[in-house]
Amino acid sequence: MASKDIALMAHLMRRAGFGATYEELEARAAKGYKATIEELLDPDANGIPEYDDLTLARYYPDLDIPSAPSMGTANMMFHFYTSPRPLVEKMTLFWHMVFATGNSKVDNPPEMLQQIEMFRQHGMGNYRDMLIRLAKDPAMIFFLDNSENHKRAPNENWGRELLELFSMGQGQYTEDDVKMAARAFTGWTILPKIPRTPYQRHHWKFIYKNEDHDNADKEFLGHKGNLNGEDIIDIVLKQPATAQFMARHLYNFFVADEVQVPSWLDVEPKDPQAVNAIADVFVKSNFDITETLRFIFNSDFFKDESAWFAKVKNPAEVVAGTIRLIGDFKEPKPGVLDVGLEGAYQGQELINPPSVEGWHTGQEWIDTGSLVRRVNYVADALGDASKPGVQSIINRLGSKGTLSSEDLVDGCLELLGAVRVDDGTRQQLVDHAKSGGDLNRGSSEEETRVFGQRVTEMLQLIAATREYQFG
Amino acid sequence: MAKDPVLVIFQLTGGNDYLNTIIPLQEPTYRDFRKLVVIPEGQEVPLDDNYGFHPEMAPLKPFWDDGKMALIHGIGYENSPRSHFRSMDIWHTCEPNKVGTEGWVGRTLKVIDPDKENVLTGVNFGQGLPRAMAMPGVPVASVSDIENYGVLTGITGEEQRARALDRFARLYSPAIGTGPVMDYLGQTGLDALKGADILKTAPEKYSSNVEYAATPIAQKLRGISMVHQANLGTRIFYTQHASFDTHASQMPAHQQLWKECSRAVADFFSDLRENDAADNVVLIMFSEFGRRVRDNGSGTDHGSAGIAFAIGDSVNGGHFSEYPSMKLEDLQEGDLAPNYDFRGFYSTLLEKHMGLDPTEIVGGTFEQLDFIAK
Repeated sequence: MASKDIALMAHLMRRAGFGATYEELEARAAKGYKATIEELLDPDANGIPEYDDLTLARYYPDLDIPSAPSMGTANMMFHFYTSPRPLVEKMTLFWHMVFATGNSKVDNPPEMLQQIEMFRQHGMGNYRDMLIRLAKDPAMIFFLDNSENHKRAPNENWGRELLELFSMGQGQYTEDDVKMAARAFTGWTILPKIPRTPYQRHHWKFIYKNEDHDNADKEFLGHKGNLNGEDIIDIVLKQPATAQFMARHLYNFFVADEVQVPSWLDVEPKDPQAVNAIADVFVKSNFDITETLRFIFNSDFFKDESAWFAKVKNPAEVVAGTIRLIGDFKEPKPGVLDVGLEGAYQGQELINPPSVEGWHTGQEWIDTGSLVRRVNYVADALGDASKPGVQSIINRLGSKGTLSSEDLVDGCLELLGAVRVDDGTRQQLVDHAKSGGDLNRGSSEEETRVFGQRVTEMLQLIAATREYQFG
Repeated sequence: MAKDPVLVIFQLTGGNDYLNTIIPLQEPTYRDFRKLVVIPEGQEVPLDDNYGFHPEMAPLKPFWDDGKMALIHGIGYENSPRSHFRSMDIWHTCEPNKVGTEGWVGRTLKVIDPDKENVLTGVNFGQGLPRAMAMPGVPVASVSDIENYGVLTGITGEEQRARALDRFARLYSPAIGTGPVMDYLGQTGLDALKGADILKTAPEKYSSNVEYAATPIAQKLRGISMVHQANLGTRIFYTQHASFDTHASQMPAHQQLWKECSRAVADFFSDLRENDAADNVVLIMFSEFGRRVRDNGSGTDHGSAGIAFAIGDSVNGGHFSEYPSMKLEDLQEGDLAPNYDFRGFYSTLLEKHMGLDPTEIVGGTFEQLDFIAK
């Protein structure tokens, strides 16, 4: 297997999933890059099962029907590190980060998980369909106050964010358009209108109340008539800005870190040609998400080495990626709540983004507190030789005979998923290994112990590098 | 040289029940509304003719008697959403009308130390960073266990760990890597390392005759005492204790909470005073909201107005603002109506204790109170 194929596969799996063990990378590379993309894009056709939700219900009933927000957070993270369909989960995360809905206001974790399940079931389908589902999603309706958007007293919250954050982006519409969009969505509401009684959360239901819908004529982006919500979405989809905005989101999430979203109006995309090309496919495929992803993963701008490690990993990627790498939680066991909370401690509390703008990404994931937290989390995991993924790395290196310091460093970098580091960083790692001299697993118990310890120490040090924070 | 003022923020997470914390002794309606979740008559710790503490708050009574404890009544903000998370966001960001992301403590730290000369100006004791401290470009240490804080704590063996830390510093050196993001990560890593290095000295220097309880909140306050007494330049500490969300079985739960918190706070001040480190410290306690006036038979549900505390040698003790009326017609949807904006509380602390202009930090001008002595 050419190591270049493995490295490209590692890149694909970091972006289109949550990383993979070296064994998985080898197997996928043997199948081929294109075939792997197809399997990720269409798991049904390739016989890849969904995660068995009954397992969740049976072993983690608290996560299945969460009574506390942390259980909902843990549920979402659980899918990230257990699902056999990593791209489906990655797109679920994508939509959660773009259509950011926060439990801090919704106060209804089961309904938040219904929204997440909607992203999971439909997130790789059609964007128009997604926007309509979103407009009818009870958690979103409550979050952006569309339940308070009445014929006689319009509330602009949903109308505005639909345009600004979920489709066209800032600066593409007037304040009048916002008001018209709000009026068009009057009557799109939920029952009941409050999240909970003291002892339980309500199960919400979307309803359309014609008597509370404003049926008067409206003018929205140059289109006149008795416009309803679906008309607004259709008009929004006709705007070139919408495809551009969503293409830039996809680029930012899958290809390379962009500046923060609020600056997009003023700052050109990093790679305007790539964003234009994505937008083009998005429009031509009639907003087919799978088709657009297929284009991205097969494009040169994605495969090119300049895109590798061009993103700071978000905490969900750090946590789920680490668990997949070390092969933890293959069987049900305690600790799933802590795993969900770990993402929160690193700065990404799933089901509870800080605002409707979602999380700030890229380097803003990192501050002194979160850096210590993520470095220690990954280093602790890689230091545990009882985990199958770590054991496998030790065994593979152990089978190679005597290792020089360079062999040890390069071997660890490779087996962690073809991790690429700066020459200066590599030299530091080699210098570190040198103080222990050449390395051989040997045959005595003591030699084997020392061997394992030196390998895990090197893995931990690599986890602590700046480069490892990228994915 | 006068010592710099220090603020310790202690968050009572979950919504502390105001009515059973500060019991209105002359208010007959208290016992009408509270049939089961009620402090039995005569068990209150009387503060004066009108009000009494929860019985488990007896360890805090000496602060009141000495005039070193201020009670800020009826604190909150208009249109309480009665959601923990949204309420806590509002307290953390000072943004009741929109969702904010910058914390008020983060903004304060930026004013105190604009050039990031000290990476430990703000220290949180707990897991993860509270939003109150979140602010781009403001370094904050978040410590869950002071005796074992730092980078790469999982590397076993003292020598191995020392070597790894030395290597970490080299790996984050500006000599390696190119580009602004690598530079930023490098600086952040070195800040974190520096913070951990300095913090490590705190437990080594520390000695005290006070024996703190083994409870999480006592241990967190002990950690704060260590860092404060080590004179590392920390100006704002943050910590929290949970969960005050007593919908059910409130009587034993609330009792245990105040038992732990009262003793921890009393021990904290004993420790500081014993070591001549108390005079520049004000500790505040607050909760995101109070609880419903009427109990639910086992606990109490989310309410609105609450109670905040300020304790310290420079505090003017007494009652501030007013206990909201418990008359039926004055309740808002069954809750005590807030009559004092929490941003005025913050403003008082920032201006009168910390010597800072609060306007930009809390987003406006709010009524200040006289609970800090000049």
